[in-house]
Amino acid sequence: MAERATHRDRLRALEFEAFVAGAGGRLLHTATLLTGEPSHPPGAYARAERLLHAALARTYADWDGPHGGDPYDLARRELALRFAREGRRHQRPRGGPLDRLTPVERLVLVLRVYEEVGEEQTAALLGLPGDRVRAVCARAVAALRAPRRDAGPGRASSHGRAGQRAARGPGAAP
Amino acid sequence: MSAGRRDPREEQVRRMLDGPHPALPPDLAAWAVLRGGRRLRRRRAVRRTAGLLLALALSALLVWAGVEQPWESEPAQVTPPLQGW
Repeated sequence: MAERATHRDRLRALEFEAFVAGAGGRLLHTATLLTGEPSHPPGAYARAERLLHAALARTYADWDGPHGGDPYDLARRELALRFAREGRRHQRPRGGPLDRLTPVERLVLVLRVYEEVGEEQTAALLGLPGDRVRAVCARAVAALRAPRRDAGPGRASSHGRAGQRAARGPGAAP
Repeated sequence: MSAGRRDPREEQVRRMLDGPHPALPPDLAAWAVLRGGRRLRRRRAVRRTAGLLLALALSALLVWAGVEQPWESEPAQVTPPLQGW
């Protein structure tokens, strides 16, 4: 009985290691986007590594649990929920491509745009209404497309080229 | 989901985000297996203990019911009044 259990555990560990070897790079990239850290050089994304580490441990524990389904979805879900829980700690800009955004904007943008999770699924995962997800996503996209301004408190100021560009209606893009 | 209704601005942002993947730390999976395995074993132990306690409680109930037989009506404790002597 115990022997069979350890055999099953070993199989599960092998499966899991194959999964991490395949999907780990993408998951770590997602984690660096969330934490707002640059994805190189190695060592510049310690927080992302820690986040992914915890999410993967949970993924392993839930590997053939009641959730079942796609392990990538499971890992991404863990990553997102964990980040949502500790979002406040990731507020300071750290030099990554998304460090201008707030943690919630980053989370919604990464899920919706980079990971291409559906709007309803994102809303259900984060416990937010669907229109709020849409609004946050649109705001984040607008903020990212605006030219970077390093000094200055408000990225949402409504004058200058940034404001004009962000204020353009949908469908008016070139 | 549906690729047809994709906003070109979102597409541009997606390309911006889609850089090269960072290098994975070599012991990531092993660490996750270690930590996750600990969690898994703890969860199993909790489940086993809960099952054991439940079985214990159930058998105690059965033994008590067998001995006590609470569905039997109690013998009358009150003696009938003595009359005619």
